[in-house]
Amino acid sequence: MAKRIDVKDLNIFYGKFHAVDGVTLAVPPRSVTAFIGPSGCGKSTVLRSLNRMHEVTPGARVEGKVLLDGEDIYASSVDPVEVRRTIGMVFQRPNPFPTMSIRDNVVAGLKLAGVSNRKQLNEVAERSLRGANLWAEVKDRLDKPGGSLSGGQQQRLCIARAIAVQPDVLLMDEPCSALDPISTLAIEDLIGELKKDFTIVIVTHNMQQAARVSDQTAFFNLAGVGQPGKLVEIDDTEKIFSNPNQQATEDYISGRFG
Amino acid sequence: MIGAMTEDSGQSGGRAGVRRPGDSIFRALTTGSGLAIVIAIGLIGIFLLIKAVPSLVADKANFLFSPDFITTDPTNLKFGIRDLFVVTVLSSLVALVIAMPIALGIALFLTHYAPARLSRPFAYIVDLLAAVPSIVFGLWGAQVLGPTLEPFETWLNKVFGWFPLFANGNIPLAGAGTIFTVGVVLAVMLLPIITSVTREVFRQTPVMQIEGALALGATKWEMLRTTVLPFGRSGYIAASMLGLGRALGETVAVLIILHASPKPSGFSLFDGGYTFASKIASAASEFSQPLPTGAYIAAGLVLFVLTFIVNAAARSVAGGKVHK
Repeated sequence: MAKRIDVKDLNIFYGKFHAVDGVTLAVPPRSVTAFIGPSGCGKSTVLRSLNRMHEVTPGARVEGKVLLDGEDIYASSVDPVEVRRTIGMVFQRPNPFPTMSIRDNVVAGLKLAGVSNRKQLNEVAERSLRGANLWAEVKDRLDKPGGSLSGGQQQRLCIARAIAVQPDVLLMDEPCSALDPISTLAIEDLIGELKKDFTIVIVTHNMQQAARVSDQTAFFNLAGVGQPGKLVEIDDTEKIFSNPNQQATEDYISGRFG
Repeated sequence: MIGAMTEDSGQSGGRAGVRRPGDSIFRALTTGSGLAIVIAIGLIGIFLLIKAVPSLVADKANFLFSPDFITTDPTNLKFGIRDLFVVTVLSSLVALVIAMPIALGIALFLTHYAPARLSRPFAYIVDLLAAVPSIVFGLWGAQVLGPTLEPFETWLNKVFGWFPLFANGNIPLAGAGTIFTVGVVLAVMLLPIITSVTREVFRQTPVMQIEGALALGATKWEMLRTTVLPFGRSGYIAASMLGLGRALGETVAVLIILHASPKPSGFSLFDGGYTFASKIASAASEFSQPLPTGAYIAAGLVLFVLTFIVNAAARSVAGGKVHK
């Protein structure tokens, strides 16, 4: 189940462009780690490298190590498809499969993994929807298309879909940026509950959100346009938001950035 | 003039009741263009009807079910469209059955498997197929493909002859001037049409959908199956229907390849005969008397309606495509 992540001297490139420089950090199991920083600082890129999703972009490659409970997910013997089955991801915009029903959306990952037992699928669907705080709202219309839900519900459906496969880690890339404040609150509450079972890493532009949901916070920055992004510091969230070690972090958090 | 002057003084929003000459002229031009195409279609339909009706009245055979098409004696017209219909539909369906899976494969290859550098020139070559004149396809079909396919068709006929579609045809198989051969040539002609539309639809699959599937641990094929194919399905079907409309009306290639037969069609793919279009083209040089000519125009009318239905079906399938 929940596993720890250790990133060691990670460099990420898109073709010749050096996007992220020398990131080293550790994410303990059953905790929430927030990535904050200005646009273009590489925080989403680092997040996407944690389940090898950045490889979808042509020309992307990494140097360094990402260890999941000590095992390098970039080892040559590791299949990226397997990595993504154990490290789930929730995206900026809700992306349920439009042609599938709510139930089929939730169990899509299980079906891909070869589970076809109807009873088991129904059980997982219910458990995951309950886990995503969505069960009460959709239990009477599980056969309706996923696109019929509101934005906030769709995002919780995507979370249900991600946790249905019992991943070791859950990555969230600005999961609330397309949602209204009430739906955002629902997702933040959910993150608090999910960390009992999962290791969570979340990228957010909303510093209050980082302060509310995370145990530790990593601040990323870049020296200038065209320069690679860097990890400035990572520490307990309380410390980052009250008394950070670096001046750059304090400037960013207090709004004196730029 | 005063109105125009106040309008010119800045805002582009425009108030109700103010008419600008530029807008009026442009509006009239575009509306006129739109109407012209509707009127043209309507006039073609009316022309076909007016010319066809007298011949249909004089027809001494059953127009829908007679395999004959005898128009040599204007006082004794005997024509029906049974065989024309059968040959047209069979050859087009053969083309569709062959072209649809291949076009799907090409579209998927171009959008998701081909390296970016290869994708563009390859797509260009496929599109270039559409620029080859159909007379060239006809020559190739009759001179090269037919003789090449002859042993294969003979084998099909021998082994699967018990199945009506592969039964003995109404012409000898030598040279393979058959519906089957025509279908293969038509399939090649449909490929660029179906491929280019399908390719564009597949290309529009939202990246978020694709990433969502991949993040769940989908392999490439599973990703295609859960996102790209459902997203592009209606576009692919609509493209195939457009291709079918094209195949139904193809004339010259069919005329060159398909051998004529004295016997009526037996619903075999190894039959010869004429499609609507090739029948009309074959007789076009002898159109002099109104009644025999009207017989061919009646056949044209049926083709017109048939393609109209197929295209309307394509539209309705494509129209059902909502961008979710």
